[in-house]
Amino acid sequence: MGDPVVLVSGWLGNLFVNWGLSNSWIIFLKTLIGVLAIASLVLVTDIFLVWVERKVVARFQDRLGPNRLGPFGLIQPVADVIKLLIKENITPQGADKFIYNLAPILALGTVIMIWAVIPLSPTAFGTDVNVGVLYIVAIGSISTLGIIMAGWSSNNKYALIAAFRTVAQMISYEIPMVISLLVPVILAKTMGINSIVAAQKIWFIVLAPVAGIIFLISSQAELGRAPFDIPEAESEIVAGFHIEYTGMKFGLFYAGELLHALTIGGIFSSLFLGGWRGPGAEAYPILGIVYFFIKAFFIYWVIMWLKYSFPRIRIDQMLSFNWKFLAPLALATLMIVAVLDKVFQNSPMWLYTIVMLIANGVIILATLQIVHTFGRRERQKVAVPKPIAAPEQGPNPSQSPAQTPTQI
Amino acid sequence: MTPLQVIFIFVAAITLGAAVMVVTTKNLIHAALWLILSLFGIAVFFVILSAGFLAVAQVVIYIGAIAILMIFAIMLTRRIARDAGPQLNSGWIWAALVSAFLFGGLVWLMGNWEGFYRSLPELNPSLDPLNQLGQALVSPQGYIIPFEVASILLVAALIGAIMVAWDKQ
Repeated sequence: MGDPVVLVSGWLGNLFVNWGLSNSWIIFLKTLIGVLAIASLVLVTDIFLVWVERKVVARFQDRLGPNRLGPFGLIQPVADVIKLLIKENITPQGADKFIYNLAPILALGTVIMIWAVIPLSPTAFGTDVNVGVLYIVAIGSISTLGIIMAGWSSNNKYALIAAFRTVAQMISYEIPMVISLLVPVILAKTMGINSIVAAQKIWFIVLAPVAGIIFLISSQAELGRAPFDIPEAESEIVAGFHIEYTGMKFGLFYAGELLHALTIGGIFSSLFLGGWRGPGAEAYPILGIVYFFIKAFFIYWVIMWLKYSFPRIRIDQMLSFNWKFLAPLALATLMIVAVLDKVFQNSPMWLYTIVMLIANGVIILATLQIVHTFGRRERQKVAVPKPIAAPEQGPNPSQSPAQTPTQI
Repeated sequence: MTPLQVIFIFVAAITLGAAVMVVTTKNLIHAALWLILSLFGIAVFFVILSAGFLAVAQVVIYIGAIAILMIFAIMLTRRIARDAGPQLNSGWIWAALVSAFLFGGLVWLMGNWEGFYRSLPELNPSLDPLNQLGQALVSPQGYIIPFEVASILLVAALIGAIMVAWDKQ
């Protein structure tokens, strides 16, 4: 059995040759069809994601979720889409119309662009550029732009505040994310995502678990999902940067957010979980697509798990967590991995793996120790009695509760 | 005409059009967004020339950092986003003259250069330009000293930023 992707590609090539097209036009047309195929696949998956998200959040909150339309409520997202399509599109007064309409397109479009470099199977991938990891970072910076445009053009103070918050968060969390992305690059000695997947005889999550966790946390922040949902904190700034959007324009933001979460799952599985690798994937490349999506959806589920388990953190906590904890930890991990990789590059695979595992264990233990000491000091500061609540200032000191520093 | 040429003409028209819009539009935020489109067009040129790393670096640095910083500065400056003052000052004639001379000189230079009329040579597919760039940046025969000097400059800038923002109590 041949691989369907290769078969279709060969058949199309023959067809175009029969039409009498020149070689460069054949490459152009085949690329165009490939782009359309991958974008359509991703967008159709996106409709399904609405159902996945609603069903999973329902389970986390001990509800049933959509269950009326079709088996397990599977037709519900179609109804959602129809509802969004027939809603009135409102453009607020004083809005910058062009930018206002461009922002949702940019928000969804940038997410789809990331799929150009993620290999679904050994034969099904958009393109194999040698700067794949950097490409993901570059597209991420364009998606920040979409949010600024939405927040600014809505002519709404809340939307503008949300845009500022988003940019502060995205630019900060980009730093640990980029540094943690460099760890798989060092391990695979290439920036192309196809080659990184091919280099993972042992999954990189085994060799560099700390980098994987840092990447997951910082991408949670890039997504703006709880506990980092400060950009759309409902109790503070109503709905965030998309407050003025209605109908399908809001739908594009919503679809972009859902798809971004799955995309993060795809990036994570390609860089740390071996991408399409699995038993029999080399012989039957079509199996690779199945393995890839199983891993990507697992990470998507972890992201939802985190989102629906944690409360929102404050904006100062968000910034100090990034600058005082994640960024130094990512830098330390990068340096340790780089040095160890150079020292043990010629040793056998088992020794290399064990050394990397021990190094990551040491990093985790040291980090926990530092956080433990820091947390104890912070709690002691809080436990010191405040001047106003001191017992000697009260009318009857003997009856007020003891205000000695509590034991921690 | 090959598809590459079609794409080139299309992107060149967009890049130049966006560049013209940067200086003619009255709204500063619009100007910044047109600038981003123009910079993105240049990134596409790098892709056409098979310089993937430069294309991505162009997007990361110019769009991801500089343009967003500019938009931020415009947004944080009160009222300036709504101002529509005169776009030309008294020196515009000199600026136009210098620009025309510069353009003419560039066209003359390119016209005299023989490489201008040659078609694009095929790159050797076995060579990895990114790998070579990385090796050249850190090899003693390559660009190790400029690379290190640039690093020191960046570290100095970082320390300087911290010193400026330091809250002396």
